[in-house]
Amino acid sequence: MDQIILQMLNGLDKGSAYALIALGLTLIFGTLGVVNFAHGALFMIGSFCAVTLQKLLNLSVVTIDPTKTDFLGNPAKIKTPYVEAWFGPEMGAAIIDWSVPLAILFAIPVMLFIGWAMERGLIKHFYKRPHADQILVTFGLAIVLQEVIKQFYGANPIPTPAPDMFKGSFDFGQMIGFEANKIIYPYWRIVYFMFSMVIVAGVFSFLRFTTFGMVVRAGMADRETVGLLGINIDKRFTIMFGVAAAVAGLAGVMYTPINSPNYHMGMDFLVLSFVVVVVGGMGSLPGAVLAGFLLGILESFASMNEIKSILPGIDQIIIYLVAIIILLTRPRGLMGKKGVMED
Amino acid sequence: MSLIKPTRRGLLKGGAYAGAALATPTFFTSQANAYTNAPSGGKVTLGFNVPQTGPYADEGGDELRAYQLAVEHLNGGGDGGMMNTFSSKALKGNGILGNKVEFVTGDTQTKSDAARASAKSMIEKDGAVMITGGSSSGVAIAVQGLCQEAGVIFMAGLTHSNDTTGKDKKANGFRHFFNGYMSAAALAPVLAKMYGTDRKAYHLTADYTWGWTQQESIAAATEAKGWETVKNVLTPLATTDFSSYVAPVLNSGADILVLNHYGGNMINSLTAAVQFGLRDKQVNGKNFEIVVPLYSRLMAKGAGENVKGIFGSTNWHWSLQDEGSKAFVKSFGTKYGFPPSQAAHTVYCQTLLYADACERAGTHNPCGVGEALEGFKFSGLGNGDVEYRADDHQCFKDVLVVKGKENPTSEFDVLEVVEVTPREQVEYAPDHPMFAGGELGKCNAG
Repeated sequence: MDQIILQMLNGLDKGSAYALIALGLTLIFGTLGVVNFAHGALFMIGSFCAVTLQKLLNLSVVTIDPTKTDFLGNPAKIKTPYVEAWFGPEMGAAIIDWSVPLAILFAIPVMLFIGWAMERGLIKHFYKRPHADQILVTFGLAIVLQEVIKQFYGANPIPTPAPDMFKGSFDFGQMIGFEANKIIYPYWRIVYFMFSMVIVAGVFSFLRFTTFGMVVRAGMADRETVGLLGINIDKRFTIMFGVAAAVAGLAGVMYTPINSPNYHMGMDFLVLSFVVVVVGGMGSLPGAVLAGFLLGILESFASMNEIKSILPGIDQIIIYLVAIIILLTRPRGLMGKKGVMED
Repeated sequence: MSLIKPTRRGLLKGGAYAGAALATPTFFTSQANAYTNAPSGGKVTLGFNVPQTGPYADEGGDELRAYQLAVEHLNGGGDGGMMNTFSSKALKGNGILGNKVEFVTGDTQTKSDAARASAKSMIEKDGAVMITGGSSSGVAIAVQGLCQEAGVIFMAGLTHSNDTTGKDKKANGFRHFFNGYMSAAALAPVLAKMYGTDRKAYHLTADYTWGWTQQESIAAATEAKGWETVKNVLTPLATTDFSSYVAPVLNSGADILVLNHYGGNMINSLTAAVQFGLRDKQVNGKNFEIVVPLYSRLMAKGAGENVKGIFGSTNWHWSLQDEGSKAFVKSFGTKYGFPPSQAAHTVYCQTLLYADACERAGTHNPCGVGEALEGFKFSGLGNGDVEYRADDHQCFKDVLVVKGKENPTSEFDVLEVVEVTPREQVEYAPDHPMFAGGELGKCNAG
């Protein structure tokens, strides 16, 4: 029982990332009808927003300490971050320590801008082209973006730790009556899950309870009629592209303490996120979120030694296997509706 | 007066002599070109096959820097680096055998097929007489096989699988880097001393040639010290989130986690293990510990604070204070502004060792070079007294046991050397079961 709870918890944080990326993908596909293979790269760029802010906060004034030497035997250079010089050592260190949560504020405008620039600069030229063209151009864009990041930050993962107060883990098992050390769970993964819930709730509320959201939903259902009412739906869809980019970016920012970011991390999520969208139902936002968590948890279960001893290699194919079963039994996915995203 | 009358027999004899005479220059010429890509025009081309894209691109970049430095030194430029401390004095700084050293580069992408394609291109199109490099055992084994077929020498870069000089060894292939067995032989006594002999180990192992042989080696070495291997779980190479593999460890009864992972796998599995608080726990009345058998400073940096206090092994480290290491660090550090990695060190050594073997053999012919390398004993290249064993073309040298530094003084100061394990302790018989199953075969000159 403890193993089941443990793997369910493990699936939640993985599912959170899948859900957030798939949510953005569905928003773009639902509004603009574009299959965006660069969406994983947006997740990766979001994580590098956290890396960038961490580097900015660590920009340092350099002084020479003649009493120490560097690896070549020259007088050592001592670096003191500007934030520590300006705000004092304790305050400065605390700001650096909280660089990942602070990066949320940094990433929102950056990702909105990148999303807007992508849509206006490239993707709008492919609206009327076949999906195959869209896939090729966005996949190409993803490769370009990751190579640009690699050029600036290198190929190695860059450690981006969580604030000290969220490091380590707690004994969830003991809290619910199990023996000690049976169900251990890291604090930051709980934070990540809660954060993803807030983002999902925010996006749904935005679409549900604002006039802007109502127009977007109407546009997703019948673009032509909304246009005939004199509403510039294209402009709103462009903004939604930016919102989708920001959602992916924020998912990336908060994921950095879980796995050190590297230039390739977007590709690791991309294909799985597309499977999530298809399983959830094309164009269905609740479906994307539901399928994200479902597949995250299933993937986690499939990694259990007990399961793998019966079905070797199942952890690598479980998501695709479930996708095949669902598409055979429910061709529109879990929450896809008849007539939506169908010619 | 008698005239010599032409006879049929005489004509045949004469024809044979004339044919032999005409063939003589061709014979000598063909001897000069009796091997693949013999140098001409006073130049010799070396092929540096490293990952320039993909997850090991940074390691490949450091290898490329070291190769360029080696070429500079071989051609008489720079401060000479380890050529000044190398025990063999055959290298004069005038290229190799008087030929100026030039190089071409290929991108392995850390994929066997891409690595073979780039090596093939360098041999066939660019005329490379030797191929070297790589940052993965799968790639090294694939390229080694290609070089054997093509008739050029392969001086392996960073490859740690026992198989490279075990079941997949080749007559044209040579490895300076250490291997899984040597890591385990050096590490196990230190682990037993630090953590005791009554320990239960849980292994997470990368599911490919390096992971398998590393796990087999460290399990055997620690079991010989009294440890019990509770479980070995193979993890797919593409895994990025190890939480579902790490989470069951505490319930397994193990009190040690051995991460037979390298590169991104190591960074992510170690990060997950630390996040799940394994190092804060007590199991079986002992502190839970984590071990990373193969460390790379470049990769350890990616794991940040998580490496602190964690034991592992490495082939070489820039903080060593022997004359060879100091000369290399000075040369590399002055040129590039940071200390070299173990990958840079091993490929620099391999380039000098190849050049030196050519000088001693008086030829670039792979068979002559191979003969000069086999059984070659040397020192002054940063690893103490070293021997290229003739039986399997594996270099035997001291191995460093290291641990993540608790209080680093710079971004390069990630690991500290705990012990320099003497070569005798990590040597094994050529027919050791972990290395059985392959034959060197005969050298191929093309």
